[in-house]
Amino acid sequence: MGLSATLPTAVATRGDYTTTRLDYVVDMIRKYGINWARKNSLWPMPFATACCGIEFMAVAASRYDLARFGSEACRFSPRQSDLLIVAGRVVMKMLPVLQRIYTQMAEPKWVISMGACASSGGVFDTYAVVQGIDQFLPVDVYLPGCPPRPETILEGIMAIQRIVAEDGVRSSRERGRGLRLVVQPAPVVTLGAGLREGSLAERACRPVLDREPAE
Amino acid sequence: MATADAIAALQARFPELHFTPLPLLRYPDGRDSGQYWLRVPAERLLEVARFARDDPRTRFEQLCDLAGVDYLNFPGARERFAVIYSLLSLTHNHRLWLKVFVNDPDPVVPSVTGIWRGAEWPEREVFDLFGIRFAGHPDLRRILCPEGITDHPLRKDYPLRGRGEREAFSVVTRETA
Amino acid sequence: MSSATSFQPTTLMRDETDGDLWTLNFGPQHPATHGTLHLELQLDGERVVRCTPHIGYLHSGFEKLGEHLNYNQYVVVTDRMNYCSPICNNIAWHHAVEKLFGIELTPRCKAIRTIVQELGRIQDHLLCVGANALDLGALTGFLYGFNPREPIMDLLEELCGARFTVSYTRVGGVVRDAPPGWTDRIRRYLRQDLPPALEDFETLLIRNRIFVERVKGIGVISHDDAINWSLTGPVARASGVKRDLRKDEPYLCFADNWDGRGAPAVRFQVPIAYGGDVLSRILVRLEEMRQSAAIIEQVIDMMPEGPVNVLADEDVTLPDKREIYFSIEGLIHHFEKIMSNRGLRPPLGEAYGAIEAPNGELGFYLVSDGGNAPYRARCRPPSFMNYQVFPVLLEGHQISDVVAILGSLNIIAAELDR
Repeated sequence: MGLSATLPTAVATRGDYTTTRLDYVVDMIRKYGINWARKNSLWPMPFATACCGIEFMAVAASRYDLARFGSEACRFSPRQSDLLIVAGRVVMKMLPVLQRIYTQMAEPKWVISMGACASSGGVFDTYAVVQGIDQFLPVDVYLPGCPPRPETILEGIMAIQRIVAEDGVRSSRERGRGLRLVVQPAPVVTLGAGLREGSLAERACRPVLDREPAE
Repeated sequence: MATADAIAALQARFPELHFTPLPLLRYPDGRDSGQYWLRVPAERLLEVARFARDDPRTRFEQLCDLAGVDYLNFPGARERFAVIYSLLSLTHNHRLWLKVFVNDPDPVVPSVTGIWRGAEWPEREVFDLFGIRFAGHPDLRRILCPEGITDHPLRKDYPLRGRGEREAFSVVTRETA
Repeated sequence: MSSATSFQPTTLMRDETDGDLWTLNFGPQHPATHGTLHLELQLDGERVVRCTPHIGYLHSGFEKLGEHLNYNQYVVVTDRMNYCSPICNNIAWHHAVEKLFGIELTPRCKAIRTIVQELGRIQDHLLCVGANALDLGALTGFLYGFNPREPIMDLLEELCGARFTVSYTRVGGVVRDAPPGWTDRIRRYLRQDLPPALEDFETLLIRNRIFVERVKGIGVISHDDAINWSLTGPVARASGVKRDLRKDEPYLCFADNWDGRGAPAVRFQVPIAYGGDVLSRILVRLEEMRQSAAIIEQVIDMMPEGPVNVLADEDVTLPDKREIYFSIEGLIHHFEKIMSNRGLRPPLGEAYGAIEAPNGELGFYLVSDGGNAPYRARCRPPSFMNYQVFPVLLEGHQISDVVAILGSLNIIAAELDR
């Protein structure tokens, strides 16, 4: 199960392009070159204010290792990062700081609103807490939870990766206009479904596949 | 009992203030909670506090907490604000609470930062959230709320969700960022 | 840069003008500032001449919220205060509330609460020392600190249903009893997993010459100053202040005869250091973790059977869910407790209850007007009191010492700003 970000089709198939083969080649380079590199090297900028920050640190730690997504370098400088993770409640004193950090980040940049407080104010419907940073900042992925479980955070990173994969190499301005997100549950993946019968990988995995599921 | 000795010492030193120790709470079955408070008038606070800290029978070396309370809607309250000093004695291992009552307009209480340095920030917080000024504080300015706010949020007449301060920001969009 | 933002660094707060000093804004967004701390440093080269902390970047109105949520609902908010050990805040809140109501807990509840409080202490100290190491550049120390926290979070998840923000306590008891085998799993963790992890962690830091040189003699505060500045917890104990609420004002299983049948108080030692510097605070925290492990072992050995919530005639706890769903009396009883015009009825008055949280004395001063929500719920946050002394600790040090001292005070911004 997972989130699926459906975008207006930017992946080219041979039939869409009636002009040149060059367009097709450039599109392949975009999808399997540039976007592949981008999505596998997302450097997060953890804007960690509160409890979600601790859960983010747990995701970056050994058990739920974030480094395997290429996010080893948690750059705390907005100039050097491309994924702003707003983790925790944002209060009215902090919001201008957050906005300034966002504008300081270089294109292309994406924003994850992590947790209930950043997405909507959460438990804190008070005078001080901004009821959702998306009122003042563009957000790409919202993570529910208070705090979101580490698995949710990893799913959010993977959702950003899916967005990045479908992204065109355009400026944020143009990106913003066409972006529509539809959340659908992805089909359930069975273990070993992608392994070709008789291949070396399948033979290697057979002991795992044959094992009884653990209680 | 150490607390009774301390209160007796305070009563002996300040007979004109007529200290009567009241329990903070009395349970329905009649017993009291064992936590006692004394009412101190604002103008005598510094003398009482200094005595409480220094006298060997009281020795309240530490100011544990400094809180403000707005008794606006409280049943039976006569004054609006109270500043509550939680005193802790490490040598005798007991506590005492002092309450100083003040009213609108312009509530002012002398600052005890000269006696307990740890009162600096709690007093700023009480000023920020209630509007009670502390005379003699080295740096009395807002600590928790943003600089431009004019209200005092923890007063009872200030609504929980505020008066729109949390929405008064400009919007950053993908086009402008 | 867009003109949409209006954040302006604060101008000089003091009137002295010295043209040679350079103002550096440290924060409010900085990895080493544990979230949202803002320090305005005035530097003479590398040396810090003056430091003005600005806080309030996480002020969420907890105390205002406390006037609108009832005594059971507010525990959810207390989780989000000291978020390194949320269970301890729950225990502190309900300790104060039970003092207000005058409720005596059941022995099993006290035992479970003691166990989880000490687990929370281990959690908090691992994070604090790990983050302190991270700020000084030891990323491995951070990972070594976080690794033993994960089994604790698993244990708390088994018990409370959530791994992080647990909201475990209720007035007069806890949400649910410990599942079978939970204490065995804790014992296995404390005997097999924690000691080698602590050993590695400690060796990595304390036997490391570079780390010790960076923290020894830094940020010293004397015993009398620590008392005068209202410091509590490991920060005060590292300056020689012999104060621990578990020994001085015993509560839960730290009091003699805690189960009403003569059970002895838990035996443990309180580590005190006399250096007053950052190294002393780290050593105090590391030793406190070992003492917490010993406490948990003793409580598990003495674990009594029985109910975890106080009896129904105390009229403060919600009935069991099976009764609510399948009996009319249970349903009515449930309504009586949760409807806003009914609910719990404390006496009229004020109460203060404090526990020895990992950061210091965490207390709640409650003013009750007889209704089911507090009239005023004041939190006495140890981080707030401990942070005031920071400019004093920083006198004469260099900019690289700022993070060492800040990490050692364990300033949790949510508790600081509430």
